[in-house]
Parts: sequence; C-alpha cells; structure tokens
Amino acid sequence: MTIASSAAADLAPRGGPGRLRWALSDAWVITHRDLSHWARQPAQLVVGLLFPVMMVLMFAYLFGGGMVIPGGGDYREFLMPGMFAMTMVFGIEATFTAVSTDVSRGVTDRFRSLPMAPSAVVAGRSAADMLNSVAGLAVMIACGLAIGWRWHDGPGAALAAVGLLLLLRFALLWIGIYLGLVIRSPEAVMAVQILVWPLGFLSNTFASPATMPGWLGAIAEWNPLSATVAATRHLFGNPGWGGDSWAAQHASLMALVWPLLILVIFFPLSVRRYQRLSR
Amino acid sequence: MDSTRHAIVAEGLCKRYGDTEALAGFDLAVPEGIVCGLLGPNGAGKTTAVRVLTTLLRPDAGRAEVAGVDIVRQAAKARHRVGLVGQHAALDEVLSGRQNLVMFGRLYHLGLARARRRADELLERFGLADTGAKPVKQYSGGMRRRLDLAAGLILAPSVLFLDEPTTGLDPRGRNEVWEAVGSLVAAGTTVLLTTQYLEEADRLAAKICVVDSGRVIAEGTPGELKSAIGGDRLDVVLRADDEIPAAMAIVGRVTGGEPESDRDTRRVGAPVRERVAALTEVVRALDEAGIVAEDITLRRPSLDEVFLRLTGHPAEERAGRQEVAA
Repeated sequence: MTIASSAAADLAPRGGPGRLRWALSDAWVITHRDLSHWARQPAQLVVGLLFPVMMVLMFAYLFGGGMVIPGGGDYREFLMPGMFAMTMVFGIEATFTAVSTDVSRGVTDRFRSLPMAPSAVVAGRSAADMLNSVAGLAVMIACGLAIGWRWHDGPGAALAAVGLLLLLRFALLWIGIYLGLVIRSPEAVMAVQILVWPLGFLSNTFASPATMPGWLGAIAEWNPLSATVAATRHLFGNPGWGGDSWAAQHASLMALVWPLLILVIFFPLSVRRYQRLSR
Repeated sequence: MDSTRHAIVAEGLCKRYGDTEALAGFDLAVPEGIVCGLLGPNGAGKTTAVRVLTTLLRPDAGRAEVAGVDIVRQAAKARHRVGLVGQHAALDEVLSGRQNLVMFGRLYHLGLARARRRADELLERFGLADTGAKPVKQYSGGMRRRLDLAAGLILAPSVLFLDEPTTGLDPRGRNEVWEAVGSLVAAGTTVLLTTQYLEEADRLAAKICVVDSGRVIAEGTPGELKSAIGGDRLDVVLRADDEIPAAMAIVGRVTGGEPESDRDTRRVGAPVRERVAALTEVVRALDEAGIVAEDITLRRPSLDEVFLRLTGHPAEERAGRQEVAA
C-alpha cells in the first residue's frame, strides 16, 4: 500500500497573472461542484425553477381577475416584472442554505485547509448562484411569454431590464453569503424566509403603495425591490403604478443605487466574516 | 530544538476566546513517522490545537512548525504539507465519493487528469472502489470516515491530523479507521490524533500527550505514562462481597497503598511496588484469613486511571462542556 503516488502538486505561483489564473480555476471548481448538484438532483432543480412559475399562475389566474391597473393595461403585463424581481429576492434563501450547510458540515474548513485561493470559495458560490438565477429568469421569461406578457420597447431595453434584475440578485447574494457565514445553521433558513418574504411583498409588486397606509406605502416605495420592479416595468414597456414620492419618481436611478449600496455594505462584510473564521 | 527531526513542533501556543483560554502555553514535539495521540476530555483544547496547527486558526501567541514550515508565516506552504480530517466528515453529500475526491484534488491543483487518477487510487486503497459512484449521503458512517481520510491524503501529506476520527462510529467503523491509520504510519506518515477514547490512544499511539485546560500536562509512551503514575496494580476478585472489608484490610496492609473496592464486581485493588512479593504475600494472607479469591491479577493501570491521577478529575467529568472551536 503506497501513499506516494501520482499526486505531486505545484506550489502556488508567487503573484501576478499566474495567481489570478489559479484563483479563477479554483473558483470554477467550486462552481462546477454546484452544477454537478443540478445533474445529480434534477428533480430539486426543476422544483426550484417551477415554484415561481406556480406563483405566476396563481397570481395571474387566481387573483388577477380582481385586479384593476390604474390607467388601464393588462394585469399579466403588469405582474411579470414584479415576479421576475421576486425570483431574484428569493434567491437569498438558496445562497444562505448552501453557505451555512458548508460551514456547519466542516466543508468550508476543509476548503480553508487546502492550498487554494481563499477568494475562490465565495467567488465560486456567487458564480454558481448567478448561473442558477439566469436559468431561473429564463424559465420565468418563457412562462411570461406563454401567458401573454411581452416587452414593447425593443430587445435593447429588455436586456437592460434583465441586467437590472441580475444586478439585484448579485447584490442580495452577498446578504445570503453574509447571513450563511454568521448564522451557520441551515435550519435557520426559516428565519431568513421571515426576513425575505416581507421584502418581497412589502413592495409595489402586487399592489400600489398609494393604496397602503401612509407609513407602509413609504416603506414599500423605498423598498429596493420596488425600485427594480418599477424600472424594469418601464424598460419592458409594461404598465406600472407611477407614484409621487421621490423614490417612485427616480426608480430607474434607485434600481442602480440600491444594489450598489447593498454590495458596498455586504461584500466587505462577507469577506471580513470569511477571514474572521480564522479568529 | 532541532525541528528537522520533528514533524510537529509547537512552543507556547495561546488562543483565547473571551474569558476562556482554549490554549494556554501549548507545547508539543512529535518525532517523524509516529502516531501521537492528544488525549483529553471535551474542552481540553485538543481541537483548537489541531485547528491552529492546520492553519485554520491564528494563534494569539507562540509559534509552531509542521513539516518544517512555520504555520503562521508560511501558512500557504504548510497547507501543501498537511492533511486534515476534522470531527465532521467534511464531504459534499450530494456528490459521489469519486466526485468529492476529484474536486478536492483539483483544489490541490493536481489538474483534472491527475485528480481523477488520484481519486481512483485512493478509492481502491480505502475499499471504496465499488461505491465510488454513489452519492455520499448513501454511505455508512465508516465509509464516510474512510472517504474523509482519503480526502485528507490526496497530496500524500507528510503530516496528517485526525480530530477524533472515530467519534460516533460503531465498532466496525472504528476498526476500519484504525486499520487505515495503521497502514498510513507503516508507510511513513506522521499522524497527530486527538481522542477522548483511552482505548484508541493506547492502541494507536506510540506517544501520548495528555491535554488539560489548554496545555500538555504529561507525555510519553503509553507504558511510560502508566509507570510514571505509580506502577502496577494488584486486583483481587472475591467469591463473596461480604468479605470485602476484610480483604481490603489485608490488601492495604501488604501493599502499603490505598486500597479501593467495587462491590458489583467483588473486586479489591491497590497499587503495588514489589510485584511478585506483594502477590505472594496477599495470597498467603488471604488464605490464612480463610478468604476465597476467585482471581488475583497484576496489571498496568488503565489510561482512565492515568488521566484521573494526572488531572485530579475523571476524564468523563467535563464531558458536557463544549469544545471551544469557533
């Protein structure tokens, strides 16, 4: 029985492009791990992608009949941008579960004991989650097209809207990573849901903030999700609420500012938290 | 200290969490090519020591070298030299055993082809070749541990750290892990093993370091440790438990030690210095008193007794305390 074997690794390059290449290759291994999960658990993947589709069908056909869009317009046209954004928000739960499971099972520690690029663990995670979100968004767009939703201002504006949605997902991802590193218990996903669902519903997704009690309407209008929803409605040429508040008037600006602000806060927090695992 | 001849050298390691001193001047020197057992109860600091030595935690003070590499200043280099098998089987449950090993191999920068070849070698070696394609969540506890061990050996490390490798395993799984560790050391790897099981340290380790309150309080071979705390013990098993008081008086007088008794097993025992003389004298004195002994034995003290003598409290006493490992 021998231990000595074909295994003899090269030492890490000292710096420069070699180091970057290693970091990218390590991150890809971590991303690839998640993609392998999809192949191994196709049912879970399908359920994950179809849950928001079910939500769409429920709102479009169950509640949709009772909804009147101010200024006219089709409810499904109105609904879809909100559902796209909700899908991005609910991604926090998947990110949180993956990160906290790895920390609690010691997988993160094993990664940390390996001579790999430290950034790769979170970079690989975020790449995998973004790929998952792109797939989820594609399914949702297909679903929207199937029930009569359309974009009206050309593919350029539509792509810009998709970009805003993915930007929101990317920003929220770092909240998921941060919470996963702090809470370290995958069972706590329930608590994360309690945090995420109000963020999803306390917005302009389903109802106009103007119809809510004053303070609630203000929260809904200033909700980062509302900014993205209003901006994408505008870019897709879909009907929306409008609104008189500063936040509602500058939704497109806020759809950039909010995600960037979240990133500026939670990206460094996550990195610091990861480094503090060695404290 | 000449560190080239030691696989692990630690000097004065300290690690504090709030008011708890997880490591309080932890010193260790492990020669190359042996199994060294860190023995101690929960909360003694064993896991913290392993996490510091494998670069997962930065010590507050002190220094350490593993395989000749400073674990703080050359942490990245040290990670090439050590393998870690932690308390939990740190594996991806969804992936197959083989996919896990290939993934970790690639993170050691073996390249895909070499990582695959190495994964197959290790699966073969740990008797997992047939089950390598199954997802890890279908593995038994022993199989997970073996796969975990395999993952720690991808780079053929010169020093392998095993943190309570058999905790939670059934006797069969425990034997599987013990055999794997035995063959590793035969092949020249140095192993540092933490355990709460005295039997495990006694069976595997050539050197045992007893850890309590964040420092090593005694070290030596299992035999040396036992001798150091008062030599052998004489045990008498009686036929009737109402003869225990009389037998205790005799054993105490002959051995000059403090006799102990256990009513359930009808056993009376005491430490002895003159082995054969004490044995002969006890047999004669019991015979004169008309006390019938079912069995009389001379034995070395168990590691449980070693621990009790060294720390002043039984190994189990603090088992409820959590190991400090943030």
